[in-house]
Amino acid sequence: MSTIDRGRRQLIGFGAAAVAGIAIAPGVRLFEIAAAKAPGDPVSGKVRWGMLVDVNRCASDCSECVRACNRENRLSGATRETDSQWIRKIDIKDASSGRTCSLPMMCQHCAKPPCVDVCPTGASFKRADGIVLVDRHICIGCRYCMLACPYKARSFVHEALRDQSPEVPRGKGTVESCTLCVHRVDRGRQPACVEACAASGHEAIVFGNLNDPQSEIARRIASYPTTQVRADLRLDPGVRYQNL
Amino acid sequence: MKGRVLTRASSWSRGVALAGLLALGLAAAADTGNPPSRVPRPVVDAGQGDKCVANTDVMRRNHMRLLTHQRDETVHAGVRPRDTALEGCIACHASRKTGSVVGSDQNFCQGCHAYAAVKLDCFECHSSKAQLTSSAADDGKLAGAAQ
Amino acid sequence: MKIAYREINSASPRYWAAAGALALLALLGLAAAYVMEEHGHVITGMTNQIVWGVPHVFAVFLIVAASGALNVASIASVFGKAMFKPLAPLSGLLALALLAGGLSVLVLDLGRPERLIVQMTHYNLKSIFAWNVFLYIGFVAVVAVYLWTMMERRMNAYSRRAGTVAFVWRLVLTTGTGSIFGFLVAREPYDSALLAPLFIALSFSYGLAIYLLVLLVTYRATARPLGSVVLARLARLQAIFIAAALYFVVVFHLTNLYLAQRQDVERFFLWDGVYSALFWLGQVLLGSVVPLAVLFHPRLGKSPKAIAVAAGLVVLGGIAQMYVTIIGGQAYPLDLFPGMVATSTFYDGVVHGYVPSLPEIALGVGGVAIAGVIVVVATTLLRFVPERLDDSLIAGLDERVGPPARATT
Repeated sequence: MSTIDRGRRQLIGFGAAAVAGIAIAPGVRLFEIAAAKAPGDPVSGKVRWGMLVDVNRCASDCSECVRACNRENRLSGATRETDSQWIRKIDIKDASSGRTCSLPMMCQHCAKPPCVDVCPTGASFKRADGIVLVDRHICIGCRYCMLACPYKARSFVHEALRDQSPEVPRGKGTVESCTLCVHRVDRGRQPACVEACAASGHEAIVFGNLNDPQSEIARRIASYPTTQVRADLRLDPGVRYQNL
Repeated sequence: MKGRVLTRASSWSRGVALAGLLALGLAAAADTGNPPSRVPRPVVDAGQGDKCVANTDVMRRNHMRLLTHQRDETVHAGVRPRDTALEGCIACHASRKTGSVVGSDQNFCQGCHAYAAVKLDCFECHSSKAQLTSSAADDGKLAGAAQ
Repeated sequence: MKIAYREINSASPRYWAAAGALALLALLGLAAAYVMEEHGHVITGMTNQIVWGVPHVFAVFLIVAASGALNVASIASVFGKAMFKPLAPLSGLLALALLAGGLSVLVLDLGRPERLIVQMTHYNLKSIFAWNVFLYIGFVAVVAVYLWTMMERRMNAYSRRAGTVAFVWRLVLTTGTGSIFGFLVAREPYDSALLAPLFIALSFSYGLAIYLLVLLVTYRATARPLGSVVLARLARLQAIFIAAALYFVVVFHLTNLYLAQRQDVERFFLWDGVYSALFWLGQVLLGSVVPLAVLFHPRLGKSPKAIAVAAGLVVLGGIAQMYVTIIGGQAYPLDLFPGMVATSTFYDGVVHGYVPSLPEIALGVGGVAIAGVIVVVATTLLRFVPERLDDSLIAGLDERVGPPARATT
């Protein structure tokens, strides 16, 4: 009697453990992806953040991404030659065929950023997780990185600012650009432009971890043809465009 | 008469007397621990600042080093702690009347910096106001962001 | 033969007028820098599209000329032409003064000039700009030592070695300055290895032109004799340097014209708009062709006045060239989508406009004035300028020089 009982119990025990393991395992995997980093932890190279823009879904009369970025980072939203624009909509027309399309352009967060190479103080730097930032404590405002950027993504703050967001410090005399909403990303959220695009119904921008083959963005890049702007420069930007 | 000519001995003894007086004066000042000053010592509104990161004398001497270290950690490594982030400091130390750490010499940061005549560079870029839902106090809820 | 150097006499009202004017311009430049720092760059004509403006035109010009101004001394010490020995100390002084003027403008234009100490303590060694900072500071030290070996009799034996170090250093420095633009892969007007040797050639030309101007003005104002042999040699060198610079410009544009990819850029620089006008009229005609014609002319090429005019035109042409290179290079839009026409709120796809503002011009001119003040003060206090540079002195130095030619004033 005890022999039979023990055997059955072992089987049930193994079975239960196996089922439990299978149930938890995807959760463990999801947790690893979703909370790629707790706020108190340093970033690591295991993650590489990127964005994928589906140009077909981008409407030329929509600038929700730009408006969201301006709100989030408390940019003025003005478009004089001296105003900061971290993201802009570019309308493109093919010179020979006449086909038009529209796409958002921001800092491309290159893997080999020329702006980082040229910065004399090292204020322009690439974080371990691929986000390219300006350490505005060290920036001397020489604007050389603005010359070096192939996407003209950077802006210089030409006048004194007030009422900055506590999450996004910015000030006169330093250079700035799209931070990939690093203050959100570090807390497990998505950039403001991505959320706004989704909220507007276009859902043209996907954000995620390029290093994770299971992430939405990595799966799309692996399945559909995508391009990087000025790919011939071999900078390997983290932002890609589909249907361009 | 051309006037009394100072002999070497008399000028030397004057010098010694002056030095002695100075030394006594300094010693007296150091003794009381409260040097006579023409500038009134600041009276700052420390806000809620009670559970500080460290003792007042440690913070007085080292807050700049702590801030610099923390800013490098946050900017370069993405480490966002609750209490030692600048926002955390401001959340506690902002004046309960104005909600800010600068703006008048009674405010926490500006008061001592004005007294010590050390330029405050931080608030050209950083917001000096405590937010209602500051991220330092409540992770995940972003202050001032459109929801 | 002993060369006698003497301080400039400061007793004349003309001296004080000149010194006063330079000091005033320098002060105006400093005032402009202060105003720019207080209000931010919004008061200037520089924008997010044209990030480097007139101050940088002057700064780069002065820095390039600074390294070239040392050439005269190098020819004496490194290449052993004894005839140039009396000219050497002034050459070294000019190099330092021009560099100081150029660097002042560069630093004062920074968005955060108070963070210069940050620049001095944080170096990104991959940045050519950071390397330039090392090279500029080193240049000051090297030229200071070189001047010492020339002016301190007991150190004269070492002037050859010091001169060689200075010569090599300035070649590296100017290569670095040219590479600031040459390394910019993002922008079609720049992205070229040819910019470094072009800047070397430009430095030879601009530096010597400024040296000639300072020499002629100083000797005229102090009534010291300046012989025709010295002038003839310097004039011939100037012509060679102008031709060398023109060669690199021609090769640069011919190569670009050959590439389908660069047709639009070349049309922009050689045909459309204000930059083409500055290029052809300023850089090529006034800055190269006319000076060459004057210097090779049988009669004009010997006249000190004509040589001064030629040198002045080279300087003006040089500033035009820097304007076309630096500002024109930024005015041309980046080509993010080849074959497509792009428009946006951030001025994509359009030529970027630029209107120089008064603070910028004041700052740029202020840098030139700072260099001038340094030269005036140094030549007044110390013995940089030979008492005479007439043909008999020169003949005594250089055996290959024939009997003194007819003296001209």
